[in-house]
Amino acid sequence: MAAPGVVQPTPGPVTAPGLRVFVGRPTASPQEAANWTRRQVWANNLHSIVGRAYPRVRGLTREPSWLVFQMLLPFLTTSSFVFVYRALDAPPAYIGFVVIGGAMTAFWLNVVWMMAAQLYWEKDQGNLELYFAAPMNVMSVLVGMAVGGLVMSSTRAISIMFIATVVFGVSFSISQWALLIAVFVLTLAALYGFGMMLASLFVMWGREAFHLTQLMTEPVYFVSGLNFPVGRLGFIGALAIALIPLAVGLDAMRQLAFVSTGPTGTPEPWVEALILVAMTAIFIGLARWLLHSMEERARREGRLTVRWR
Amino acid sequence: MSGSIQAPAIDARGITRVYKAKPTDVTALAGIDLEVAPGEFFGLLGPNGAGKTTLIKILTTLLLPSSGSARIFGFDVATETKKIRRIMNMVAGGEQSGYGILEAREQLWMFSQFYGLGAREGWRRVDELIDAVGLGEQRNQRVSTLSTGQRQKMNFARGLLNDPWVFFLDEPTLGLDVSAARSVRELMVGWRAAVPGRTVLLTTHYMAEADELCERIAIVDRGRILAIGSPAELKRRVQRESIFRLELDRLSGGPGGLARLPGVISAVAAIDATKDGEAPTRQTVVINLVLREDSALAGVVAALDGLGAHIVALAKSEPSLEDVFVELVGRGFEEDDRDEADPMRRAGPADRAPVEPHEAGQPDPGEEV
Repeated sequence: MAAPGVVQPTPGPVTAPGLRVFVGRPTASPQEAANWTRRQVWANNLHSIVGRAYPRVRGLTREPSWLVFQMLLPFLTTSSFVFVYRALDAPPAYIGFVVIGGAMTAFWLNVVWMMAAQLYWEKDQGNLELYFAAPMNVMSVLVGMAVGGLVMSSTRAISIMFIATVVFGVSFSISQWALLIAVFVLTLAALYGFGMMLASLFVMWGREAFHLTQLMTEPVYFVSGLNFPVGRLGFIGALAIALIPLAVGLDAMRQLAFVSTGPTGTPEPWVEALILVAMTAIFIGLARWLLHSMEERARREGRLTVRWR
Repeated sequence: MSGSIQAPAIDARGITRVYKAKPTDVTALAGIDLEVAPGEFFGLLGPNGAGKTTLIKILTTLLLPSSGSARIFGFDVATETKKIRRIMNMVAGGEQSGYGILEAREQLWMFSQFYGLGAREGWRRVDELIDAVGLGEQRNQRVSTLSTGQRQKMNFARGLLNDPWVFFLDEPTLGLDVSAARSVRELMVGWRAAVPGRTVLLTTHYMAEADELCERIAIVDRGRILAIGSPAELKRRVQRESIFRLELDRLSGGPGGLARLPGVISAVAAIDATKDGEAPTRQTVVINLVLREDSALAGVVAALDGLGAHIVALAKSEPSLEDVFVELVGRGFEEDDRDEADPMRRAGPADRAPVEPHEAGQPDPGEEV
């Protein structure tokens, strides 16, 4: 239907070779182009995960100097605790506790800085509105960020584990490999689910996100027992195990990797594995709900697309 | 109602948008009615703060109207967002999207994955578009090192990745030099012309750009459409008489005789000494002729023939879109660049979140990937 006074346009000649590409992928009508099959929707979401993970994975090789900072500095922090425990004649397993804690720090920092605060930065860069204006489910973006972050952090975590194990002679005593691997995977799933949930919350809180990130980092280090057994914290430790995926995952992995240390005052590893399963489901579910709520609220209030809001 | 082949590309009815703010709410749109036909190149022309960007945000499903409704090819912007997002794309002037650490080709591929292209298809499409927009030499250059013009060409390629049926361009040539702006304009025209039905909604406050590109224009100010029509129609609104500039080799007796001809309102003479270097080589007589309508010109030409005068040059003086705007609003664009009503434009660099210090070992937020 033409607007009053408008002559229906006719296609112009596409003569310039460079412009032929503008014909693109032909669809008969906008209506045909708008109606996707379920398969197309899924494919779009899966491709979006890969697409969003891509810059993080690519960034690993693009700036090798980053690797030095990401591995060397955390290793120094881990080393300082190792020397303290050695000076105090602590049980050898404590050295292993610190090394595992140091490795897991990589994931926690990644979750806090590159998951939780990421959407806030994306908004500031102008990417967020493009994500929302694209046809994929924005959860794909969060999952892609998590996958890319996992690849980035794994490099750092594996490096710390390897270097510290060799330098400090950590000897693991593992009896349940399968459960250890399962707990590790579940810890990462819960941790990144937690990050996805925070990402949605942080973007609503705007520029305070940065301060919230700072506020969370150290307390979570402490209550998660990154450099000591969380059981030593008594009630606070138990609370952390119930609420913070890093705390529960770390404790379970320590129990499984150093069976000789005896009772830790915390739940059995399989119980902690179940806690992680519940956390993963809750955090990812909440992330999905929050993201949807955030989008609706943002559309009502202009919070996502209007930078000053 | 779902999308229909007969539906207008853009159909907005009574759109208002009010932002809650202190001390008083900001009304960005105050009742917009707009219909854009499929295949039309439509312009929204208005000063900063007119509400153009807010309207685009609503039409691109990023913002809900406070009241009113809008449809894109029949799909409701409030409830059928996914369908609209599959058939539209948008590019804004000064856009800094993406990640500086990626190469131009990689960045475009990343976006192609968001728009429903497969991995291989994405690379192929990206390579095609990079060549089409003239970024062949920069394809493997990091985004952070691209010039403003190159970056905008890349943004334009991003906007075309999904072959949109509606392309929203929000001040796409903002901040570009003359050459880059021309290049982007050519791309817009070339893309639209390639397939019938492709629709462009362009916002701009560059009058000449709107005049050159748009089949119809809506002049927007303070959240309202003041006038709508083709550039020629809009100009006719302010030009009630026909004005011609006549250059004659001579005119004996002066222009008084012309002024008495039927349909001639006034004829004013001026001497134009055309110089070749320092020495005057010839003299012409320039007459500014105001007619009731164009048809009166025939009588003037016949009279000049009778007087033995020869026409050296004849030009019709047309008002510019700026004249139209001044007539409608009572002020020029430059007088209203205070960004009063449009929060999108009001949020300048000073309002943006400062680049916060970042923890040692953490990536710089500006390069966050």
